[in-house]
Amino acid sequence: MTAVAPAAFQQANIDYLAVLPLLIVFGAALVGVLVEAFVPRERRHTIQLTISVASLVLAFVAILFATKHQGLTFGYTDGATSRRLFALAIDGPALFMQGALVLMGVLGILIMAERFGGVGSDAFTASGASTPGSPIEAASARAGLITSEVFPLTLFAIGGMMLFPTVNDLIGMFIALEVLSLPLYILSGLARRRRLLSQEASLKYFLLGAFSSAFFLFGTALLYGYAGSVYFGDLSKAVSDTSLGLNGLLVAGAFLVFVGLLFKVGAVPFHAWTPDVYQGAPTPVTGFMAACTKAAAFGAILRLAYVGLDTASWQWQNAVIIVAVLTMIVGAVLSVTQTDMKRLLAYSSIAHAGFVLVGVLAFDQRGVSSVLFYVVAYGFSIIAAFGLVTLVRQDGGEATHLSQWAGLGKSHPVIAGTMAFLMLAFAGIPLTSGFVAKFAVFAAAIGTGGATGTVLVVIGAVCSAITVFVYARVIVLMFFSEPADDTVEVLVPSVGTTFAIAIGTLITFALGVVPSSLLDLADRASQFVR
Amino acid sequence: MPTALPSLLSSAGTYAAGLATHDGEAHAATGFTSYAWLLVALPLVGTAILLIGGRRTDKWGALLATALSWAAFLVGLVIFFQMLGRDAGNRAQTVQLYEWVTGGSFQVQAGLLVDQLSMAFVLLITFVGSLIHVYSLGYMEHDPDKRRFFAYLNFFVASMLLLVLANSYLLLYVGWEGVGLASWLLIGFWNWNPAYATAANKAFFANRVGDFGLSVAMFIMFFHFGSVDFTTVNAGVAGLQGAHQGFMTAIGLMLLLAACGKSAQFPLQSWLGDAMAGPTPVSALIHAATMVTAGVYLVVRSHVIFEASPTAQLVVVIVGAITLLFGAIVGCAKDDIKKALAASTMSQIGYMMLAAGLGPIGYAFAIFHLLTHGFFKAGMFLGAGSVMHGMNDQVDMRRFGGLSGVMKITWITFGIGWLAILGVPPFAGFWSKDKIIEAAFVGEGWRPWVFGLAALIGAGITAFYMSRLFFMTFHGKRRWTDDVHPHESPSTMTVPMMVLAVGSALLGLVLGPTGAITSWLEPVSGAAAEHEPVLAVPVLMALTLLVVLAGAAFAWLRYWRDEVPLTAPAGNLLTQAARKDLYQDQVNEALLMRPGIHLTRSLVFADGEGVDGAAGGLAALVGGWSARMRKIQNGFARSYALTMLAGIVAILGALWVIQ
Repeated sequence: MTAVAPAAFQQANIDYLAVLPLLIVFGAALVGVLVEAFVPRERRHTIQLTISVASLVLAFVAILFATKHQGLTFGYTDGATSRRLFALAIDGPALFMQGALVLMGVLGILIMAERFGGVGSDAFTASGASTPGSPIEAASARAGLITSEVFPLTLFAIGGMMLFPTVNDLIGMFIALEVLSLPLYILSGLARRRRLLSQEASLKYFLLGAFSSAFFLFGTALLYGYAGSVYFGDLSKAVSDTSLGLNGLLVAGAFLVFVGLLFKVGAVPFHAWTPDVYQGAPTPVTGFMAACTKAAAFGAILRLAYVGLDTASWQWQNAVIIVAVLTMIVGAVLSVTQTDMKRLLAYSSIAHAGFVLVGVLAFDQRGVSSVLFYVVAYGFSIIAAFGLVTLVRQDGGEATHLSQWAGLGKSHPVIAGTMAFLMLAFAGIPLTSGFVAKFAVFAAAIGTGGATGTVLVVIGAVCSAITVFVYARVIVLMFFSEPADDTVEVLVPSVGTTFAIAIGTLITFALGVVPSSLLDLADRASQFVR
Repeated sequence: MPTALPSLLSSAGTYAAGLATHDGEAHAATGFTSYAWLLVALPLVGTAILLIGGRRTDKWGALLATALSWAAFLVGLVIFFQMLGRDAGNRAQTVQLYEWVTGGSFQVQAGLLVDQLSMAFVLLITFVGSLIHVYSLGYMEHDPDKRRFFAYLNFFVASMLLLVLANSYLLLYVGWEGVGLASWLLIGFWNWNPAYATAANKAFFANRVGDFGLSVAMFIMFFHFGSVDFTTVNAGVAGLQGAHQGFMTAIGLMLLLAACGKSAQFPLQSWLGDAMAGPTPVSALIHAATMVTAGVYLVVRSHVIFEASPTAQLVVVIVGAITLLFGAIVGCAKDDIKKALAASTMSQIGYMMLAAGLGPIGYAFAIFHLLTHGFFKAGMFLGAGSVMHGMNDQVDMRRFGGLSGVMKITWITFGIGWLAILGVPPFAGFWSKDKIIEAAFVGEGWRPWVFGLAALIGAGITAFYMSRLFFMTFHGKRRWTDDVHPHESPSTMTVPMMVLAVGSALLGLVLGPTGAITSWLEPVSGAAAEHEPVLAVPVLMALTLLVVLAGAAFAWLRYWRDEVPLTAPAGNLLTQAARKDLYQDQVNEALLMRPGIHLTRSLVFADGEGVDGAAGGLAALVGGWSARMRKIQNGFARSYALTMLAGIVAILGALWVIQ
């Protein structure tokens, strides 16, 4: 390929209505940064919260309008080939994911904003820059400093997440990956209590995230070497053009790109960060990550698997099958011995990622819609579950050890009952969203995945049977055990947190009893544009 | 006609209108049948009121639950009489509830199928269930958690009714999980005793293995037929060619696995004995009369699938035969009255399973025996509860004896149940069990001899252990401990026992010789062709009576005439094995549990308190692995990075090898 001098500047044509949701979220994040700089401290929390929630709601409305503007956009003409290349694909899966992310983001932010009567968010440290245990830390807490930066950071992350399943080329995908990751690294390190653990989690997440990004980039380079383009459409075409004999580049490139994405969903063997980060990060952030990051990353995986590398699926699917099997087994088996609530939910999220991967491997439209349904169903449940974790306290700190949950059913039946219901949803018991979601992915896999799909489903069914034990244990512990000691208390949440937990739980129930509307929606939204 | 379905659907506008069963058509419900949802709703409302109402309902909650259960029975009765009023071809009706899942890719209509088979169950469940509610009023009178008990009991009745009324496997699965949950809650009702909590968990795990089978069966069905409702699946099976028999076998075996878990059939039988930890009314209702027979229901309901796969059918028969002998042998050695009855339940369900595997010739008798068993076994369990009530909750039969004098009603009602299970004419068991034995002797080659003889020998052993139980409890010398003063139970307890005794005595006579049950079920299960057993029927009947008498006589010699020692004698090898449930736990343990148990025990605080480490073999095995794998998670970012790298290299390596 000969080098061509860049053509004269060309205006990219942009359908602004189609990208309006993204613009709103990123714009609000920037406004949030300005608020940090100019608004007095005591009013920041309220203003930031208002901006965040309002912008997300507004973005949701914009998403509804954007459904009328589906198609490829953000295009420019490639000087060398005079072809139009598009950076963004506003289509069913992308908009479905954006809508889900925005709504789950609202719930996540409401829980993050919980103050329990304090000046700033209860979960976040007064000063992230101070050394844990140092006089500066104590002084900043006394001075009433707050870390209201978490709101714009979260908005940036949500923006990146919305971009993640929307992008139409590998470079764009990498940018989205970094945009969503960087704020999360910071958020993970901002816990108010057990700060060393939090900072350790943050650093680990950052190091391993950088490591996986490197793989993603390396894979991108290999694929570029193979196809001469990073656009998904070109990749797909290059693969179907059989004259290319560079299979080595394709196989390795495709898998390495997947590594970068599988890392984000916490698939085995790229999962090692998950339990540590989930445990160390402030609990509201953990809930947000578990719901939104996972959803966004699965959106990206879908686009990569069904648009960019669809024609090469036989090259990489074995690798993803191995990963899916490992993920289900390791997630399920390791969750059995967990003694910390947050780690337990972390391993459970790993197992769930495995189940979703089974749906991805169905390779047809039904696979897409089942994955879309699954991540939404799981997202709302997990946000509510982590929201509940923030309420159970001992000596001011969160009581995350399972022994501290013993007997909670007797002292706080509503909290324990809600948690038990969510546990049943994670276990996939009928009349919860978890059951319908699992049924959808497994049915899709067995329907079109052939023998491999069947094997995956059998493994999946065995693994979900194992995880039932884990969840049942928590329920037994809450309802049938005597409390370990009496100092465990349950805080009374504010309206926002109550709302978030209640909505998450209600949706978990509603999607189990009347799942049709969302299944329909996911079904209608399962067509990618190319 | 199945082929006419789609057009019929769209034109009628309702899905229910066109549902067809295997043989006859199921029409949209008319008349009172369209209120069949009340059957499930009434007890469910009871559960909700009692659980949500909390302590406020303590005073009248138990009565309300009992009343709602009777109300469900009345609804069932009205529907039953309406059904009688229609001719046989038009009896099956469907009640459309709502469209549960209507996503583009799969559709599930939640609806009830009210046909002859489900009505037989509805009447059994609501009638026996209501009687046991009444009995519990007396039995649980002084329990501080009486309200919770009745809430669970109502919940059980609702779930069980949903299970038998569902018109699709998916809805059946909901009921299936519901009864499992109710059973778990009720076995562990007195969970302050860790052994009881463990027993509850054991049942839970065995059932999960079974549920796994049911869900895989559903996936395969969905894959093959695009739906999991009975109509579509049955129509689909009928339209399949022989090439798909492998799939039918797979579905059949998976359904059988589910049935084995729920019905405590070999090899998932181990939980039933331990489940006796629950309050006795629970053992009577759930673990004798109704829930444990759900497996038989599942097999009969799926008979089209089993008929399409002779292999799966044969396995059903084998499982039934093994279990009936297994249970009978174990029953001979148990000194705990409830565990002996549990072993007997297992064995009797083995009979039903065997009959259900025999094909059309056996379905009606499987259900018939299920009904009669529901009466006489529930009656005997209630009798056992009454005995325990009078004997300070003792269960060791070696400390009973001679109770016939002090507990006359219990003695007589139990005696009728005893005669019924023995199969003494004209009591219920004679009409149902002998028919199964007869059917087992039908066929060609080795099968009739093996299965027929197994059933025949089983009858002899049954006679022995049931007589042993009866004599040890009610006759012989009084071997009571000093502090007990046996007395007859209050009338809330004795009246249900009497009612059940009447059923045990007469039900067989009413339904059996009149041919009522076979003709009633024929539209659902298909007509059985006339077959002659390999031995003449009168010969078989005489043989059966002979072995039964021999068994009972042997028991009389050893447990009535001779002195019963207060502590169990060492016994021979078989007795020792039978006492330990033929080493079922040891086998489970050695194969599954040992590898992981010690590791899990120490690891989780919750073990001792919540779920005991010994709760499930599989769980402990997983726990063992889990503990080992957990060591990889050491907290060092560098090792995590190394894990990632190693994983990538290994998978890429694997890819090179594969391609």
